[in-house]
Amino acid sequence: MTVLTAFRFLNRNRMRSVLTTIGIIIGVGSVIAMVSIGEGAKSVIQAQVASMGTNMILILPGATSVGGVRGGQGGAVTLTVADAQDLKKKVSLLNETGWAKRDVMQVVYGNQNWNVPVNGISPSYLRIRDWAFTSGGPFTESEMEATSRVALIGQTVLENLFPSGEDPVGKMIRIKNVPFQVIGVLAPKGQSPNGNDQDDIVFIPFTTAERKVVGAQFLGTVGALFASTERTEDLAQAVEEIRRILRERHRLRSEQPDDFTLRTQVDIGRVQEGTGETLTMMMFSVASISLLVGGIGIMNILLVSVTERTREIGIRMAIGAKRRHILVQFLAEAIILSMVGGLLGVIFGILGARATTLVAGWPTIISFEAILVAFLFSVAVGLIFGIYPANKASRLNPIDALRYE
Amino acid sequence: MDSLIACANLWKTYRLGDINVDALRGVDLTVQPGEFVAIMGSSGSGKSTLMNILGCLDVPTQGEYWLKGQDIARAESEELAEIRSRTIGFVFQNFSLIPKTSALENVQLPLFYQGVSLRDQRSRAEMALVRVGLKDREHHYPSQLSGGQQQRVAIARALVSSPSLILADEPTGNLDTQSGQEIMGIFQQLNQQDGMTILVVTHEHDIAAYASRHIVMKDGRIMIDQPTSEIHQVIS
Repeated sequence: MTVLTAFRFLNRNRMRSVLTTIGIIIGVGSVIAMVSIGEGAKSVIQAQVASMGTNMILILPGATSVGGVRGGQGGAVTLTVADAQDLKKKVSLLNETGWAKRDVMQVVYGNQNWNVPVNGISPSYLRIRDWAFTSGGPFTESEMEATSRVALIGQTVLENLFPSGEDPVGKMIRIKNVPFQVIGVLAPKGQSPNGNDQDDIVFIPFTTAERKVVGAQFLGTVGALFASTERTEDLAQAVEEIRRILRERHRLRSEQPDDFTLRTQVDIGRVQEGTGETLTMMMFSVASISLLVGGIGIMNILLVSVTERTREIGIRMAIGAKRRHILVQFLAEAIILSMVGGLLGVIFGILGARATTLVAGWPTIISFEAILVAFLFSVAVGLIFGIYPANKASRLNPIDALRYE
Repeated sequence: MDSLIACANLWKTYRLGDINVDALRGVDLTVQPGEFVAIMGSSGSGKSTLMNILGCLDVPTQGEYWLKGQDIARAESEELAEIRSRTIGFVFQNFSLIPKTSALENVQLPLFYQGVSLRDQRSRAEMALVRVGLKDREHHYPSQLSGGQQQRVAIARALVSSPSLILADEPTGNLDTQSGQEIMGIFQQLNQQDGMTILVVTHEHDIAAYASRHIVMKDGRIMIDQPTSEIHQVIS
């Protein structure tokens, strides 16, 4: 009956009750909305990182100076195909190694042309990158050996060169004026973690790139080496072994720094996630402040309520209410207020997150954990901020209370 | 026969700043079950203070107070609340019903605080409302009831816990003459038919006339304590 009485009282003073809970509604709502946006952003990042491949290790020529900026982009050409093959032999944890060399070139089909990064790759590259096809398929080792003029194009290139609906497989395109046959269209991958359009790409066999397109200098050298391990747990150890073998091959003395850069997909992912986490934490703190304000609002209104109902409290005490009855009554009002506020906040938070998706296009993921935590938090706020007024009410002297006008 | 109320040498002193105010200065009072007593006096006479102590809302600074053979003077507030709710029914000057709550629920309230089951609360409350003739209004809110009707609900509330004693503080103060007489009529009924002990505080002689015993207080002391007929003789 206490809960019913409390509920009825709040219901009859509906306007005031709603105004009181606005702080909680905003607090809970913003927590839910922000966490949803944050989770959505995190999932986008995770997808982007995953789109790079599975358990992938990236080896770039040139050292990383302090601050992570690579010195001499491609200037010091220190990685070779032979390096890759040696690594494959010696590091047992690796299930694949691949290599690539890239340049931006003009690609023409019919009367459409498009400037595209063209990558000469080993066939293993596609396996390391987990890259699927929407039509056609990859080139083979024998095509590599024969330096065949076959090409794979990405979705963006497809859209820009070919009229919609036309299957480019079998058609001839010209890469830097050299004719190539399209033998496959790559599945879309979207944006990379550092913002590049991964679908704006053309792949040709590495050997073909070396000899027929890029030019004959620096045969055997690569723009980047790729490797992958079977299991994510092996990445760290594989990286160390690669480092050791490459240093041997490049005849580096122990005091000399690496003349290459090793990066795993996990590292890249971690950086991005770290930023995301910081952002989420910040938004969470702001929202928590709002909840705090909401709690203070409840306490304030309850204190006013206690004062207004002093005489009523006196009467209740005169007709038999004990201290605990009065305490529980006002505490119930506080908790109901904050619970209803919490509920409304959850609803508005979900609506807000969905609205953001509609308007700004950011994906949002409603986390049930966040909803539960925010709701419990709001109940706790009601409890904590209601204790003081409820206690004050229960400690009133009945005689003074009865005399109160 | 054991007295219902037995007070000896009651003193109540308040501290106002650095002055001591004696609201009661040695009050002796005995009330038997079934009496109908009117307590009169101007403001400052101490009648309200006496009512508070008799009603277990306050404790005397000095002196004895035995209610139904129990020593009240030295009880703790928790105990007082317990005794209060079981033994005493209060009727206040301004009805003091909980607003926006039905008459029935108002009457149920003392039983709720005693932990009585909801079903018993309801049935006993209904009986009390029947006793004051307001059964047909049991679902009305106070704002939908006249002054007299509200006071009747208050009386029903006072009755619902089957108290030994009803204390009424200026029960007709906010009522017109006719309603006031109705209320006093109910008190008389309760006293004569049910043997309820009733103490009424009032400053109106017409109201006090309903009682069988008059007490007049002045400056914290009882000046007059006599059966009614004798008072009327003295005045006229």
